[in-house]
Amino acid sequence: MRAADALGLMLGALSGHRSRSLMLLLAMAIGVVAVNLLTGLAEGARQFVIGEFSMLGRNTLIVLPGRKETTGGMPPLTGLATRDLTLGDAEAIGRLPSVRRVAPLQAGQVEVSVGNRSREAFTLGTSHEFFAIRQLGVGQGQILPVLPLDQAEAVCVIGATLRRELFGSRPALGQWLRAGDRRFRVVGILGERGESLGMDFGEMLIIPVASAQVLFNREGLFRVFAELRGPHFMVSGKRQIIDTIKARHEGKDDVTLISQDSMLEAFDGILGALGLALAGIAAISLLVAGILIMNVTWIAVNQRTAEIGLLKALGARPAQVRLLFVGEAALLALAGGLIGLGLSEALLWLGRQLWEIPLQTPVWARIGSLLLASLAALLFAWLPANQAARMEPLAALRPSGART
Amino acid sequence: MIRLSAVSRCFVLGDQQVKGLDQVDLRVSRGEYLAVMGPSGSGKSTLLNILGLLDAPDSGEYWLNDEATASLDEIRRAELRSRHIGFVFQSYHLIPRLTALENIELPMLLAGIEPAERQRRSARLVERLNLGDRVRHRPAELSGGQRQRVAIARAMVMQPALLLADEPTGNLDSHSGAEVIRLLEELNGEGLTLLIVTHDAALGARARRCLRMCDGRIIEDVQQGPGDARG
Repeated sequence: MRAADALGLMLGALSGHRSRSLMLLLAMAIGVVAVNLLTGLAEGARQFVIGEFSMLGRNTLIVLPGRKETTGGMPPLTGLATRDLTLGDAEAIGRLPSVRRVAPLQAGQVEVSVGNRSREAFTLGTSHEFFAIRQLGVGQGQILPVLPLDQAEAVCVIGATLRRELFGSRPALGQWLRAGDRRFRVVGILGERGESLGMDFGEMLIIPVASAQVLFNREGLFRVFAELRGPHFMVSGKRQIIDTIKARHEGKDDVTLISQDSMLEAFDGILGALGLALAGIAAISLLVAGILIMNVTWIAVNQRTAEIGLLKALGARPAQVRLLFVGEAALLALAGGLIGLGLSEALLWLGRQLWEIPLQTPVWARIGSLLLASLAALLFAWLPANQAARMEPLAALRPSGART
Repeated sequence: MIRLSAVSRCFVLGDQQVKGLDQVDLRVSRGEYLAVMGPSGSGKSTLLNILGLLDAPDSGEYWLNDEATASLDEIRRAELRSRHIGFVFQSYHLIPRLTALENIELPMLLAGIEPAERQRRSARLVERLNLGDRVRHRPAELSGGQRQRVAIARAMVMQPALLLADEPTGNLDSHSGAEVIRLLEELNGEGLTLLIVTHDAALGARARRCLRMCDGRIIEDVQQGPGDARG
């Protein structure tokens, strides 16, 4: 049989049993949508987390007070320190040859007010260098001035959201605001950037680190950001920082170092597993679609016994009969799969418009779901098609059953 | 052309063994015109199915064109059906979703014949069977006589040597039936071996050779003069 003729016969049979074809098409499409959408969500979440941590930069190390004893797994985001990290420690780290910049970090919640408007704001005490390390820019004014770390200047940079809430439509640059029992002059307003690493910079008040120590009445630093001179300084930089802290802390290296890579490794592992689990769940829906295909093909074979018998009487070989039925299922699976793929891509696109998460299905998942759908169809249509192929032409031709 | 030697075929109906064919011997030469007659259950249709390679004997041997067929596999049997045997059924067995023309071309599709050749052959048959524009319609839109003419065209399109017809006029009014028979006899006149299974005594009388069956045996095999029943 010529391929074009076989295709014509299959398409004819499919359009001849419209509701059956539509049902299978739908089942297949839903299966593929499930696979594509779920892998898209998982991959989107993974990309989102990676993107967040990538903002840290490949050269940046975070020094946390406190030693984590176990290895592997998640580094502690907050640590109970036996010994505080001090401004002196930060300066010592900053003098190391492999370190380009260092920024100490002091953080806390503080009541901020202008006139009669007030609100709680997350407050960072840091230095001029912090802006370069975190690639933070101002929309108006300037970033924090270059100051000795221990100089408590009464200046601040505020986030865009905080500015709106405190000053409304009035100009904020050069104005004073009250934070706790202190007053600060606004020298800069952050550009719109949104959240990163769980920090919403829009709501942030940023002041010199010495001012924050006074404001919170706390010596010890929350953490220290250190930017190395390049990615290949990572190993030597870590060692130098540990050695420096050891020398300054009476022989105890009671700090934890976090790099982007160690964070990403931990998250990537978890999210990768999550993605596979979701893909597995989705694959089950394809399996269900496959079983549906088997049942419907079975029904089709039984409904069309007369046709099968006729084809055989007209000289159709068993392989040709099998080809026709398996081919019908494969065509449906392919068409359903393509519809599902289109639909899920549209949904993912919509998701990308609504949220900032980069919802995107990896190429392997798209091709894989299509292949899986076709494979399921072929596999599950094979049995009933085989039954059709083996059918006795005589039994098939005689629905009345009367043999004389 | 056809040689049956001690062919038997049994069926099990419930707990009862029914002999469809019981030690049947038969020889048919090329170009013969046979009618097979007999009461229901006499084995006519079983004989037809065995001859058409739709069914295989339990014992005995069937030679078609000197090829022994009893032990052939389904692939070879399908090939022989395709090339040598045409079927015409009482209830036409046309595929309802295909047009008459597509039904006619179906055997050629299965045999993998090129579209140009298909068109040539089907056009000739459509003309010959006087179907004209009706072949663009689906079977449901055709009269019984037209449907059976389409079925005959389909049976003839592979240019078989043997045409097996099972009650070809059973569902037709006398006028359409007579036309179908005239057509079949015309084809027989051109060398086609024709075997008709029928209840209709008048039809049986038209054939040049009449087999009478009972309980799976051929109890009578008479040669009839061509002129005897005609006119």
